[in-house]
This record gives sequence, C-alpha cells and structure tokens, in this order.
Amino acid sequence: MPNSLAIGFLPLVDAALPILALEHGFAEDEGLNLRLVRDLSWATVLDRLLYGHTDAAHMVAPLTIATTLGRGRPAQPLSVPFVLGLNGNAITFRPDLAQQIVGQGQLGDPATVGAKLAAIVKRSPRKLRFGVVHRYSSHNYMLRYWLAGSGIRPDTDVEFTTVAPPFCADALEAGEVDAICVGEPWNSVAVERGVGQIVLATAQVWRRGVEKVLALRQPVLEDKRPQVRALIRALVRAGRHFVDPENWDANAEILARPAYLDGNPTLIRRAISDRLLLRQGGDLVHFPDFMFQYREAANFPWVSQAEWLYTQMVRWDGLPYSPEDAALAARVFRPDVYRSALLGTGEPLPGASSKVEGSLKRRTAVTAQQGAMVLERNQFFDGIAFDPADLAGYIERQT
Amino acid sequence: MRIAIVDESASRAAVIHEGLAELEDCDIFVVTERRGLVARIGEIEPDIVLLDLGNPSRDVLEEYFAVSRALDRPIAMFVDESDDEAASASIDAGVSSYVVDGLAAHRIRPILDLAVKRFNAFSRLQTDLAEAKGKLAERESIDRAKRILMESRGFSEPQAYAELRKTAMNQGRRIVDIAEAVITARQLMGGM
Repeated sequence: MPNSLAIGFLPLVDAALPILALEHGFAEDEGLNLRLVRDLSWATVLDRLLYGHTDAAHMVAPLTIATTLGRGRPAQPLSVPFVLGLNGNAITFRPDLAQQIVGQGQLGDPATVGAKLAAIVKRSPRKLRFGVVHRYSSHNYMLRYWLAGSGIRPDTDVEFTTVAPPFCADALEAGEVDAICVGEPWNSVAVERGVGQIVLATAQVWRRGVEKVLALRQPVLEDKRPQVRALIRALVRAGRHFVDPENWDANAEILARPAYLDGNPTLIRRAISDRLLLRQGGDLVHFPDFMFQYREAANFPWVSQAEWLYTQMVRWDGLPYSPEDAALAARVFRPDVYRSALLGTGEPLPGASSKVEGSLKRRTAVTAQQGAMVLERNQFFDGIAFDPADLAGYIERQT
Repeated sequence: MRIAIVDESASRAAVIHEGLAELEDCDIFVVTERRGLVARIGEIEPDIVLLDLGNPSRDVLEEYFAVSRALDRPIAMFVDESDDEAASASIDAGVSSYVVDGLAAHRIRPILDLAVKRFNAFSRLQTDLAEAKGKLAERESIDRAKRILMESRGFSEPQAYAELRKTAMNQGRRIVDIAEAVITARQLMGGM
C-alpha cells in the first residue's frame, strides 16, 4: 500500500508520538496506515531501517549522524525531518553512592553534585562504572558533558559500558555499573526495585537537549515526501495530545501495553507528567520540562542541534575536525521538510533554522515564519553556549 | 574457524548448530545466556559471531567489538558492500553476523548462506506450528459455540453448525468469528 509506513521503535516513553499517532487515529486522519515494529536494541532498529524492513525509526539522535558519517559501518545517509522529543533521561546512581553526592528527596544541582562526585572518583580504589544505552546516544553525550564539565575525564577517570534500557536496573542490582543514564521508565524501574536513586535529569545538563528523532534513509525521504509530510502532521497532533494533562492517564495505559513498552502505567504516567520518584520511599518530585515533546516547536529539527552532536562525536570518538563531515552532519536534520509539512497549519514555525544553542538566559520571543514563537530559558549547566558559526572554535576549546 | 552462535532461543540455536555441523574445520559454540555474554565471547575468541537480528544484547556486543582489546583482531559487523545481497538476505532471515577483520568473503559466504537457510527453516517450522495451533483453537471455539446453541436453542449438532455457517455468510465473516462471538455473548450473560 503506498500510504503504509512501518516505524521501528524501542520500548521507551519517548517512543510515544508514533504510538499515539496510530492509536488515536491521527495517522489515519492523514490517510496513513502505520505499522509499528518493536525491537530491543538500537542495532536492530537501525538494521531494519537500512534494509527496508521499516520506512522510519525512533532513534537516538547521534546515531543518525554516526550512520551518515559511516562510524563503525559503511556510511548511509539518514535524514531527520522531525524531533520526537527533548530530554526525558535521568542519571541514576547506586543508592549508597547517591546519598554521598546528593541530599535526599531532591534532584541535585549539576555543578555541586559533579564536584562531590569528582572527589569520590579521586579517592575511589577502583574506577566507577557508568552504563549508557549506546555509544551514539544523547545519554552518552550528556553524561560525558556533565562529567567533563565537573573535572572528571570520562575516558580515563571512570569506565563506560553499554547496557540496553530494559536491563539497566538489573545491571545496577548486580553491581555491574555504579550509575546509569537512561530514558524513562527505566530509571523509575531501578528506583522501584530499590537498586537506584535518581540524582539528575539530563534536562539539568542541557535544558533543551535533543533526544530521540524520527530517522529515515535519505532516498526514502525523497521517495515518500507526501507520506512523510502527512506523518509529521500526525506526530505534531500526537505531541499536542501527549502534553495535555487530560490525556495522561489514557496515554500511559496505551504506552504500557505489551505491544509497546510492556511496562507499568503508573511509572509511565509519572514520566509523561514530569514527575519523578527519586528514591524508594521518597516523595514524588515535579521537575517541569523533564520531557519536552511539543511546546516551543520542540519537534523542529534545528540544524544547530545536529552540529552540536557532531562536535561531541569529534570530542569522544577522537576524530579530527572536518568541515566536510560537519556539513554532512548538519544536513541530516531537515527543517525544510518540517516546514513544508506544517506551512499553512496553526503550528508555529521559527524564522531561523539554526540557533546559538544554550544561549537563552531568560524567556525570549524569536522571529517566526508562522505564528508566534517564545522560547524559554535554555542553557548548558556550565553556561557555555554553542554558536554553530564558530563550530571549529567550539571544538578546539573542548577538552 | 571458530563460530559462535548467540541466541536466547535454545531451540533455534540448536537448529542452526545442526545446520553448521556439516561444515569442515569449524568449531561451533552456542551461547544462550544473556548474563556474562561478553566474557563468554571473549573466551571463545570467535572468527564469526552469528546472532539473531532481534537479540537484545546486540548494542552491548557491538560496543564490546568496537572497544575490546581482549580480542586480538577487531570484529566488525558483516556488511561487505560488495556483497550487499548476502547481507540483505541475512537481515531478512533474521541473522546478524559479525566477522573478524580480514576474514575473506569466500570463507564467510557459505557459513552465512547455511545460517540463513537454517533460520528460514526454523521460522517456517514456527509458522507451521502457529498455524496448526491456531486451527486447533478454531476447531475448539466452533465446538463450544455449537454446544451453546444446542443447549440454549435445542438444536441438533448439524443444525447448530448450519446456524453458525448461515450467520457467517450473511455477515461476510468467518465461522470462527461468529463462534467466538457466541462464546463471548454467553460469557457476558454469565452462562459459562
């Protein structure tokens, strides 16, 4: 069927928009017949996308750039016409370790927690071990950004290991890792089991950090432009539905089904509503914008986001800076396609396609192509902004 | 050549193992446990790792292959661009394969072909089994529905079946769907 689209995903709360677009009939209203394909590792999601089992996929943003640049496998250009959400991850420590670096019942301040952690790392007889979900994940980059900004050298002072999201709590329990950085509901699962305490949300490291994206092979995007535009409109509607408190209970129930997250609706509802239980027996903490799936054109694929991810790939893969690679990476994010899907609808569209990331110290009105756009405060925890006009300089200043 | 088969389904791993056993000069190792997988692979020192496509440990294993110094020769995913057809067939069959660097394609190909064949054979078996199970379940539903009609409306068995069949034809549905509707209706009425 020409209007059928298969979308791959991993069981995570931020796979919500494609799931809700299907379940609430938003895709059908756009004439699309969606089929969702659930997997348990990003490698499988990527293979299915590259070999045409799926047309599009829920994907960790850096993996789209890595695939385009041929990191670890032959290069294949991917395109991202839509961002499925910002942040929504947390850093969860072994409870005994957590209690040494953060007070009970509160999320820590990233700089303070980082300084305390650095002291522990220095006197620890063995290297602390951090679990991330994938080398090319925002989790890895956010965690490393925070550690490095706290004076901890990620590749020498501590160890990193890969843990699939559904097994993060197991890894904490078995002592295979001291901390994990993972999306929901997997931090909360660790808390429920008493094997972890949530210490930071990644939104504290970068207030508006790009997280999962909708990825397609570039030739598929070109072949299926009308369907992709229809899908974007359906996903935007799903985003609006997702953030409306009226729908939280129902959406948590849908996401919890065996075909999707196969999880606990109570934990999923917490994440959707930006609420976190930091430790077993504690109180729920409300952290506004823990997940960010709709407002402020959160789904707009800013070219500067792709470029920031490239700077981190250079940093942590030890690559030489290459203007050609930077340009290839920048072209992965496709604001032009996003705009073409939503032009003439009621959705606000920003005037620019690139911005200085992490530079907004306060609520700011920005120029819009359509509608009104106000962006809230958006900074990195260390206050350093990323200006894509000075990409080479930014890379040079990274340690 | 040392081949590691990693599959959480012990029965599928056995089917593949059996298929590869005909290869000469190959030592085959089967790993079905997720715990300690990476350490086990390190001990085996395989030349080829065959993994079911959907294996939840793939990201963990790929990272190990990418960074491990325990293996003398790095392992990479087998996506030889010159042999994309083979890669595509293996992905379609549900096999992902990782091969040590420098292993010649002509040595990999027969192993991969065999693995693909066995994977396909296994999934055919599973489909047949599922179909057989489905047919059996359908038969049971129809029998139960017939009994309900016989009890509640005093039909003979052939009459009960004829009634199900007629209703199915009128509604353009399958007999088993009507039978299930009858059973559900009876359950709702508290009769069963």
